[in-house]
Amino acid sequence: MEGDIAEMGKFIGAGISALGMGLAALGVGNVAGNFLAGALRNPSAAAGQTATLFIGIAFAEALGIFSFLVALLLMFAV
Amino acid sequence: MATDAGSGTGLYFDPMAQFEVKALFGGDIVNWYTPTNVTLWMALAILGITLMLVMGTSRRAVIPTRSQSIGELAYGFVYKMVEDVTGKDGLKYFPYIMTLFMFVLFSNFLGLIPLAFTTTSHIAVTGVLAMAVFLTVTILGFVKNGPAFLGMFWVTSAPLALRPVLALIEVISYFVRPVSHSIRLAGNMTAGHAVVKVFAAFAGIVALSPLAILGVVAMYGLEILVCFIQAYVFTILTCVYLKDALHPHH
Repeated sequence: MEGDIAEMGKFIGAGISALGMGLAALGVGNVAGNFLAGALRNPSAAAGQTATLFIGIAFAEALGIFSFLVALLLMFAV
Repeated sequence: MATDAGSGTGLYFDPMAQFEVKALFGGDIVNWYTPTNVTLWMALAILGITLMLVMGTSRRAVIPTRSQSIGELAYGFVYKMVEDVTGKDGLKYFPYIMTLFMFVLFSNFLGLIPLAFTTTSHIAVTGVLAMAVFLTVTILGFVKNGPAFLGMFWVTSAPLALRPVLALIEVISYFVRPVSHSIRLAGNMTAGHAVVKVFAAFAGIVALSPLAILGVVAMYGLEILVCFIQAYVFTILTCVYLKDALHPHH
């Protein structure tokens, strides 16, 4: 064994922040799934809403990316 | 560091090493004027855009060649996006948005070439793009609407008691825009390219090497999609911010 307790805390913290990415995946899936459910009910209106879909996905995904950033900061910057 | 999956076979692999900024002609000191791999790949992106859009369409053939039709496709795609999101009066700002889209798209795609450098994986690069958008949009909002632009933060359709709370939330979300705008692009690019490298590192272990091939191919396919979608998302969010500046009262 080598390293100290702070090193261990960094790795544990990076691992925990990876949970945020999974939770963001739930959010992105929710957006896409609801879009598909709506699109299958009214396919004619779906084409006009793809921009909204991507904006929604981007907002949901941004928070997952933030947690990835926290993990990166813990691993390489702290 | 992050992975030493191949340490048993003498193969050392750091998935983050590809994002290091290095001076092109040796030397460890990187000044603002030093030619680095970042500036090289940015220049290549601009060269690629110029080749595609200027050289490709210079003949203006009625029956387009392949490069001309790709250029026309890209132009039409962004034009329609700006028109759909910001409306007719947003078309004045189409050149800026087209520039942003092509630059981000080419930087993302050039980063997929093996041994290439992804300039958009650096927050320094995307941060400048996002701050430029943020400042442009804010200044434009005040120039177009005057002090009425601040009405964007005061939601008149909400009950009076809720309005200060909503105003606080709106102000915070307004100033977080350049942060999330830049980190979304940089984070997606960093994550995707690092994952490809992590799978590539599995090639050092014999038992896992078939997984390495499958993983790299699958992630590369996904990355092609992500590169396009992130350029699209960056551009469409710019359009949304522009729409907010032009029509703050929805």
